[in-house]
Order: sequence, then C-alpha cells, then structure tokens
Amino acid sequence: MNLEESPAAAEQPRAIVAGHGTFSAGLVSAVGAITGRAGTFVAMSNTGLGAAEIERMLRETIDTLGVGVIFTDLPMGSCTMAARKVQRTHPAVVLVTGTNLATLLEFVMHVDLPLAEAAERAAAKGRETLKLHEGPRVG
Amino acid sequence: MSVEVCRIDDRLIHGQVVVGWGQPLGIGLIVLVDDSVAHSEWEQDLYRMGVPPGMDVAFVSVHEAIERLPRWTGEGPRGLLLTGDIDTMRRLTEGSPLVRTVNLGGIHHSPGRTQRLRYIFLTPGEEATLKMMEAAGTTITAQDVPATRPVPLAQLLAGCDLT
Repeated sequence: MNLEESPAAAEQPRAIVAGHGTFSAGLVSAVGAITGRAGTFVAMSNTGLGAAEIERMLRETIDTLGVGVIFTDLPMGSCTMAARKVQRTHPAVVLVTGTNLATLLEFVMHVDLPLAEAAERAAAKGRETLKLHEGPRVG
Repeated sequence: MSVEVCRIDDRLIHGQVVVGWGQPLGIGLIVLVDDSVAHSEWEQDLYRMGVPPGMDVAFVSVHEAIERLPRWTGEGPRGLLLTGDIDTMRRLTEGSPLVRTVNLGGIHHSPGRTQRLRYIFLTPGEEATLKMMEAAGTTITAQDVPATRPVPLAQLLAGCDLT
C-alpha cells in the first residue's frame, strides 16, 4: 500500500506529497504535529512501484480528490518524472520539487490563497530555510 | 565511453540511477535505449531535466545503440546504458557483443508479475527471457544500488533471497 493515511483525514486535501521510502509520511506527520493540518496532504511513497504505477496513482488521486499541487523530493526522482507526465494532461497542476518541512508548513498556512500562489510561496519558503550554520571557531 | 553498467530499470532516469550509481561511478553519459523515447521530444526533455550538470544523456533506439556501441566503447566519459524493460535489453545483448553484463535495477509490480526481490517483479515469460540471455553468455545480477549485494539470477529465481 503506497497511499499513506493522513491523521486528519476529515480535512479536504489540497496537495500530494510524493517521494522515496517514508519521506512523505514523515513530513506529513511532522506537519500534523506542528499545525494539526496533516489532512491538507495525501502522502505517497514510490516504494515497489514502477514509473507507470506512480503516474497512475498520482492521476487517480488528482482526479478523485481534486488536489492541485504535487510536492516531491528529488528534482530528478521518479515521482517528479511521473508528476511531469501528469502535467501534460493536467496543466493546472503545480509541481514543487526539493520539498522540505518548511515548504509544507508554509503551504498549509495559506488555505485562503489560490493553490498556485500558495505553492509559489511554499517553494520560496523552502528555499529560504535551507541554510548552513558553522559552529563557533575554537582557539 | 566505457560502459560501466547496463541496467534495466522501468523508472529509467531517476534518483537511483543519477545519484545512486552516477555519482560513485563518475558516470558522465547515460545512454537511454528506448524505441519510444527515441522518437518523443517531450519525453526526452523530461528525462534531460533529471540529469545534473556534468552528465550528458543520449536517447537512442535499439538499432542505433547496436550501431553506435562499438564507436562509443573505449573513449570519452564513463557510461551507463539504460533500458526500461527486459526485452529491450535482450535485443541489445543479441545485437551487440559489447553488452555482456546486465544489472536488474528496478522492475516493479504489475499484473502477472511475481515478487522476487523488493524491487524486482517478473512474469514467467520475463524469467524465461532472462534465463535464455544468461544461457547465451550474459551475466545477470540484481542490484538496486551499489551499496547492496548483487544477487545472481539463479539465486533470484530460486526465491531464496528476498532481502
């Protein structure tokens, strides 16, 4: 089973989070722990799935739930490739790659915005929070 | 190009190929052999997007690959030859003596397939094809990423290793 259950299932999902292993379930769980809004996302894993299966699962989720944004992990990963193929027939769907927790937290804070705009802000926040902090110099 | 790996992976260009194999082996060229992708500009654009700077990708049909492999061999960057299915690799092994070692990297679940490894599912017909390829002199092992142990075909088909 690759469609992970979202704890707050009553909430209307607005986006899919798709990635390797338990990447998506972990991020969505973290969103739930911080905001209580895990139900904003449907978590998907590519484990055990070929390219066609990943694409089919994305299409089904989009068509069934009407979500308009796909967040993926690697820009060159199989979920990203499948999402790009889905965009050929669903051009309104927005894809965000390189997703991190800050990306998703920003997205859930903008339920009032159109999906594309919320996704754009989320991507910007994700980029902004990726920083390197060196420790204090010793000696 | 020196062909370092000939891989069957139904996800084609993705993280395991580009990062998992590409980085440790210093792969500079991926040769994606697929008759459909070789004639689809938008799919080529899509897969090109997945290739990082410093790595090139060539899209060729089976016929073109067989023709160009002798010219590629021995010069230029280290290469990874990639097909999305077993039958395409079978045609390559039959058409070129340069493809003699095959890596089963990812053949995932679909109706009619039985699980052999976490990342390998095969139909009886695909198993027969792999046995035939090996009988004809091709060495076949399953290995999703370099850090894992390669599983020989005989062991894979015997079903004694599902780790």
